[in-house]
Amino acid sequence: MSLLELRNLRVEFPTRRGTLVALDDVSFSIAPGEVLGVVGESGAGKSMTGAAIIGLLEPPGRIAGGQILLEGRRIDNLRYDDMRRIRGKQIGAIFQDPLTTLNPLYTVGRQLVETITTHLPLNPAQARARAIEWLERVGIPAAAQRIDSYPHEFSGGMRQRVVIALALCAEPKLIVADEPTTALDVSIQAQVIALLKGLARDQGTAMMLVTHDMGVIAETADRVAVMYAGRIAEIGPVREVVKQARHPYSAGLMASIPPMDRRVDKLAAIEGSMPRLSAIPQGCAYNPRCPRVFSRCMVERPDLIPAGPTDAACWLYAPGAPA
Amino acid sequence: MFAFIISRILQALPVMLVVSFISFAMFAYVGDPVSIMLGQDFTEAQRTELVASLGLDKPFFVQFLTFLGNAVQGEFGLSYRLSRPVAELIGERAPATLELALCAAFIAMAVGVPMGVYTGLYRNSWLSRFFLTFSLIGVSLPTFLIGILLILTFAVWLGWLPSFGRGDVRPLGFWATGFTTWSGVKALILPAVTLGLFQLTLIMRLVRAEMLEVMRTDYIKFARARGLSNRAINFGHALKNTLVPVITIAGLQLGAIIAFAIVTETVFQWPGMGLLFIQSVGAADIPVMAAYLMLIALVFVVINLIVDLLYYAVDPRLRTRR
Repeated sequence: MSLLELRNLRVEFPTRRGTLVALDDVSFSIAPGEVLGVVGESGAGKSMTGAAIIGLLEPPGRIAGGQILLEGRRIDNLRYDDMRRIRGKQIGAIFQDPLTTLNPLYTVGRQLVETITTHLPLNPAQARARAIEWLERVGIPAAAQRIDSYPHEFSGGMRQRVVIALALCAEPKLIVADEPTTALDVSIQAQVIALLKGLARDQGTAMMLVTHDMGVIAETADRVAVMYAGRIAEIGPVREVVKQARHPYSAGLMASIPPMDRRVDKLAAIEGSMPRLSAIPQGCAYNPRCPRVFSRCMVERPDLIPAGPTDAACWLYAPGAPA
Repeated sequence: MFAFIISRILQALPVMLVVSFISFAMFAYVGDPVSIMLGQDFTEAQRTELVASLGLDKPFFVQFLTFLGNAVQGEFGLSYRLSRPVAELIGERAPATLELALCAAFIAMAVGVPMGVYTGLYRNSWLSRFFLTFSLIGVSLPTFLIGILLILTFAVWLGWLPSFGRGDVRPLGFWATGFTTWSGVKALILPAVTLGLFQLTLIMRLVRAEMLEVMRTDYIKFARARGLSNRAINFGHALKNTLVPVITIAGLQLGAIIAFAIVTETVFQWPGMGLLFIQSVGAADIPVMAAYLMLIALVFVVINLIVDLLYYAVDPRLRTRR
C-alpha cells in the first residue's frame, strides 16, 4: 500500500471575480521511503500541493474535490485538531526560508522540545536529550551547548539544519519539503540536500521534494512529477524523465538546463509563459507554447496516459496522434 | 547590563535638567503669585517684604540655581497657596494618583490584551466586530464625557457607586491606601474605568494589529506544520512576538495616565496630584507646579528605562547585539 495517495485533488480559490482552480485533478502516490520530486515553474501548484497535504492551505483556498489518503485513511476531511496530531507526527514539513521559519524569541532547544513533547510520550528531560541527539544528527557542532542558542545565533545553513531536525524529530513517515534549499547559498545547498536525503534514508522516511532545481531532483528523487498550471504534466521514474521526457513541457524544462560539457551561446528556454489561473486556455493548458501541438490539443484536455515508462498528460501518446 | 543602566541614567540627567529649567522658566513668567497671596488690600512695604521672603527679588538664574539645589535634596520649598512644604503636599497626594493610575493601567492591560488577541485571531466573528465598534467609542469619546456618563449611569441612576472622592482611606505606613476599605474600592472603580478606557481600546487595537501581522509569518505557519496546539501557537509563539511594541506603548501610556489623570481627577474630585496641580495653576503656585512637572518628567524617564530593560528580557536578538 502506498504511504500517501492523492486522488483527483482539486483546490479552489473563491475570489470576487469567480473561482480560480489552483489544483485540478492531481493524482499521485508516494510509497514508504520513496522520494518524489515535484518540479515546475512558479505558480504551477507545487507548493499548493504540499500545503494541501499538510492541511494548511491559506484561506480562502480550499479542497473542492478529490481525496488525500495517508496509509489508506482519508486526511483531507479531518477536523483541525485531528489533523494537527498528524502534522509533525506523521507528516513533517520543511519550508523555504530558514531565516523566517524559526521563532526568533525562543531557543532552538525550546522549539525542539515543544515539538517532541507534543507528539511523543517523553518528559522534558528526555525530550531535551532527544533534541540534543537530533541537533547532532543534523550536523550542528557542539550540539549540547548550541541547544540553548537563539535562531539568530546560527547561520542560514545551520538554521535550515535546525528546521530539518524540527521536521524529523517526531519521526514522521513523510516529509513535505518545499524548496528546502532555494534560500541557501549554493555552496550550502548540496550539503543540506545530502543531509536530508541521508536522514530520510536512515529513518525510512518518504519525502515529497518540491523544487525548481532539476539538479537536486536528479540526484535525490526516485520519481519525479512535473506540474504545469495546476495539473500534473508528467510523472515517472526520475531517470526517464530527465533523460528522455515524454511530455513536450518536461522535455522543454530538461532542455533548458545548461549543459556542463560544452559551451553554448544561448541558453535554451521555453517560449512564452505559463497562463494565469484565470486564463487557462481550452484543451491542453500548454497548447500555446507547445512545439508539437496539433488539433486535438486545442479542444480536449488530456489526462495522464501511459507514455512508455512514464505517464504523460499529452495527446501525443493517445491512439491516433500524428507521428 | 549594569553598564547599560548606568549609561541610561546618565542620559536621563540632561533631560531632567532641561525639564526643570523649562518648568521653572515658564512659571517664573506666568501669573503673579504675590498679588494673589496678598489679596486686595496691601501696602507696598508688605509687598516688598513678601517678594524678598520668597526670593523673587533675586536674578532669574540665582532663583533657578537655588531651586535646583533644593530640588536635588527633595526640597521644593513652600507652597505659596497653602504655605506648606511642597514635598509634603505631593507626598500626600501621590498615593491617590498612583493607585488610580495603576488600577487604570491594570484594567487596560488585563482587558485590552485578551480582547486584542481575540479580535486578532477571530477577526470575522460577531464578537470581534462588537469589540471593534466598542473600541471606536473608547478612542473617540473624550475622557471627561466618559466620566460624566459613568457618573450619570452608575452613581445617579443606579446609585451603586459614589460619584466623587476617594472613600475611606487607611494609612499603610506612609502610604494612604483606599484598597483596604470597601468604600475606598467602590470609589476607585468609576475613575479607574474612566481613565483606563481609552488606554484599553488603544492597547486592544494595537495587540490586534500586531497579532494579525504575526499570524501571517512563516514561523507561525511552521509552528502549525509542527502540529503544536492552538494554545501554544496563539499564546506562546504569537503573543510573545507582539509584546515588544505593546510594551513600548503600554509604558508610554502608563506615564500618560499618571501625568494626565488631571481631567479624570477633576471630574471625580479625586484628591490626587492632578487636582493639586489644577488648583495650583489657578493660584500661580509656582513651587508646586514646578515640582509636579519635574516629578512627571522623572516618572517618564523611569518608565522608559524599565521599558528598555523589558525589551532585553523579551527579545534575545537585542541581548547579543551589544
